[in-house]
Amino acid sequence: MIKTINLTLKIWRQETSGAKGQLETYHASNISTDMSFLEMIDTINEQLTLDGKDPIAFDHDCREGICGMCGAVVNGRPHGPEKGTTLCQLHMRHFSDGDTVVVEPWRSRAFPVIKDLAVDRSAMDQIIQAGGYISVNTGGAPEANTIPIPQDTAEMAMDAAACIGCGACVASCPNASAMLFTGAKISHLALLPQGKPEAARRALAMVSKMDGLGFGNCTNERECEAECPKEISITNIARLNREFIKAGFFSSIM
Amino acid sequence: MNWLTNTLWSSVGKKLMMAVTGIGFSVFLVAHLAGNLTLYAGKDAFNAYAEHVHSLGPFLTIAELGLLFFAVVHIATGATLFYQNFKARPVRYSVNSRAGGRTIGSATMPYTGLVLLLFVIFHLANFHFADKTNTTIFQIVASAFLKPEYVFIYVVAMIIAAIHVSHGFWSAFQTIGANHPKYMPYIKGASILLSLVVGIGFGCLPIYVALMT
Repeated sequence: MIKTINLTLKIWRQETSGAKGQLETYHASNISTDMSFLEMIDTINEQLTLDGKDPIAFDHDCREGICGMCGAVVNGRPHGPEKGTTLCQLHMRHFSDGDTVVVEPWRSRAFPVIKDLAVDRSAMDQIIQAGGYISVNTGGAPEANTIPIPQDTAEMAMDAAACIGCGACVASCPNASAMLFTGAKISHLALLPQGKPEAARRALAMVSKMDGLGFGNCTNERECEAECPKEISITNIARLNREFIKAGFFSSIM
Repeated sequence: MNWLTNTLWSSVGKKLMMAVTGIGFSVFLVAHLAGNLTLYAGKDAFNAYAEHVHSLGPFLTIAELGLLFFAVVHIATGATLFYQNFKARPVRYSVNSRAGGRTIGSATMPYTGLVLLLFVIFHLANFHFADKTNTTIFQIVASAFLKPEYVFIYVVAMIIAAIHVSHGFWSAFQTIGANHPKYMPYIKGASILLSLVVGIGFGCLPIYVALMT
């Protein structure tokens, strides 16, 4: 049996980047509780299109919770109220009939709104470009066991590498800081031998780029790790701090 | 020296300055409280403690200047961080909700900090810069806490200090990178303990002095 609910939605509508936006009210009727949050917005958009109105713009891609493209702030919570899920994996069974749901885009100076709920997260790409890579000569793949890596170290690196770059950490941070994202990216490379040669240069360059893009400063509020759809821990921020302090004071890089 | 300013003026560097000066203040608070506990031993013990501290001469001046320097760094950096963090989100959310990370301490740091700054100025004006030519420090303390409004201000200030410390102490360790699965639970425990020690330890003193005199 299909259970359906009716919702009142207040969704942020904004024509363009510079335009003034506002919350607009929509009514979603007969929403199956098996739908995802994005499918619910799809049904509203279908109706808006039939009515000849502009559909709500929102980011999405894989809808499997792994690409990092989707995301909006639902009732003040990035990716909605469920722990460890992306917006596309948030199902309507977590809402009750008659609920009023407020949907807003990520809010940060570094993430300008493109339209409605879609924000420009290229600031995160710029942080990666500043140092989120390793430099190796390409060629035949080396034998996997040439460089031994303890299993728990590999696991820690993988936990950090689970970051999908969705920006929920920035959206949830009271200071709009990107430290969990940058911490995860720096950690996953710094933990592995392949990342060590460039560790100092990477930490300095990525933090400097992050600061220049207008993100806020981390004050250890811990909202990011609570909201992260991949549940990335702030121990990665501590590792970023260690890597940066080490690079700033003890490496020979000026 | 370019590398030094680049490191210290970065977001991580500014937090590092907050952490190091904050831990300095935590040590100072414990030492200050240990000295103040002599109040429970009576006025002679308290006056003797004050005399002993003043007999340190130039060392006391160096310590005071050190604290002043720490205060300037902590306040200037804190104010900069507050301004930058405020600017980082030009459009606010219309619905605000917490996921469970934020605490009363972490959410109020800049405000409790500002109140503490005003309190420290008030406190220094009362006791440190008071005219001590014909009186002892105990008499100054006793006469101050005869006024109920002074007792109220001091008790409230100490509750605020406890809230500030409850986030500040563990946060300082996280900032310097000392987050370790074995030790972090103890650091968080120590943060709560220090917060209670500051709140109860300092907070009871004005009440005790007021009741005693």
